[in-house]
Amino acid sequence: MSTQGGSFLHEMAITQSVVQAVCERMGDAPVRRVCLEIGTLSGVVADSVRFCFDLVTEGTTLEGASLEIVQPTGKARCRDCGAEFALTDLLALCTCGSANRELLAGEELKIREVEVLA
Amino acid sequence: MCATCGCSGGTILEHHEHGHEHGHEHGHGHPETRTVTLEQAVLARNDALAELNRTWLADHGILAVNLMSSPGAGKTTLLERTIRELGARLRVSVVEGDQETVLDADRIRATGAPAVQINTGAGCHLDAQMLADGLRTLDPPERSVVLIENVGNLVCPALFDLGEQARVVITSVTEGAEKPRKYPQMFRAADLVLLNKTDLLPYVDFDVAAFLDGARRANPGVEVLQLSATTGDGVAGWYDWLRARLP
Ligand SMILES: Nc1nc2c(ncn2[C@@H]2O[C@H](COP(=O)(O)OP(=O)(O)OP(=O)(O)O)[C@@H](O)[C@H]2O)c(=O)[nH]1
Ligand SMILES: [Mg+2]
Ligand SMILES: [Zn+2]
Repeated sequence: MSTQGGSFLHEMAITQSVVQAVCERMGDAPVRRVCLEIGTLSGVVADSVRFCFDLVTEGTTLEGASLEIVQPTGKARCRDCGAEFALTDLLALCTCGSANRELLAGEELKIREVEVLA
Repeated sequence: MCATCGCSGGTILEHHEHGHEHGHEHGHGHPETRTVTLEQAVLARNDALAELNRTWLADHGILAVNLMSSPGAGKTTLLERTIRELGARLRVSVVEGDQETVLDADRIRATGAPAVQINTGAGCHLDAQMLADGLRTLDPPERSVVLIENVGNLVCPALFDLGEQARVVITSVTEGAEKPRKYPQMFRAADLVLLNKTDLLPYVDFDVAAFLDGARRANPGVEVLQLSATTGDGVAGWYDWLRARLP
């Protein structure tokens, strides 16, 4: 097993959760498109999810559906100086030097919408 | 909506620079589809089960702590010592997550504590359903402590809430000091960081200051304790931390 972030194994579980959730919500309706939100700071690698998707959807109502992934980038507000800034990685500091920040965006792991046959 | 061209069948469309003719009532073979907004967390189901576990644990006055690390950082060794030194007083029982083997649960049982092994197979993390199953088998007494050894991996366990009250991340000095940089989500999710195998510090090139800096950048204010699970050096701090959280 790889311990590296983004190995195929880790995203497998996430992709399975997507398929399970969509099946639960949409019942038998054949799904044509799935749109996910995977923040760049979520720790989930979008390309690996894409790679898993066809495999996991096989034999389900999602088989053959297209997968769209929107990747919100990181944004934070500094709790010390109040500045809002782009956060490219979770270890980055505010320009004031503070690590004490509130994450506003970038950690999303959401199913935004699906398109099903009417 | 038409999956190929994005037109929403039926109405007059002005956007046809893309060249497929719409001489229709939408007659070019696109089946009718509708878009449904879900706006749902991917792990909503796990999160809901985790909430049930959390409520159950609170109702029974049980403290559940989730221990996470890379393979071999010393989770089982620390559990063994903790049980030997505190187990009788705190009434510790253990949920062991492992992909294949039952070896770790056997090690725990050898200390006299009840343990249940959960084999995750291909899965590289415990999830809330597995903890619920584990708790049912274990049937821990009221006002006791359940220590959960997650599967050795720093990626998925950070994403899957179990319903535990606290998350502990263990790194050993034989790993790189850049662990927080590589797995910031895990460190960000931690309530406590343990730096283990400090007895080996004289023999390895591990930059403690850089590690502490990384951990605190990922999680400002997080408590970091240094210890050795084999020599027992520094474990008192871990015991204090645990006792302070007893219900
Ligand atoms: N020198 C030293 N060795 C340790 C220490 N803690 C654990 N070890 C050794 O590290 C190895 C792995 O320890 P385990 O406790 O099995 O680690 P683990 O995190 O449970 O491993 P997995 O369950 O496989 O992920 C064993 O050989 C331990 O004896 C320590 O504080 N110092
Ligand atoms: Mg172990
Ligand atoms: Zn600032």
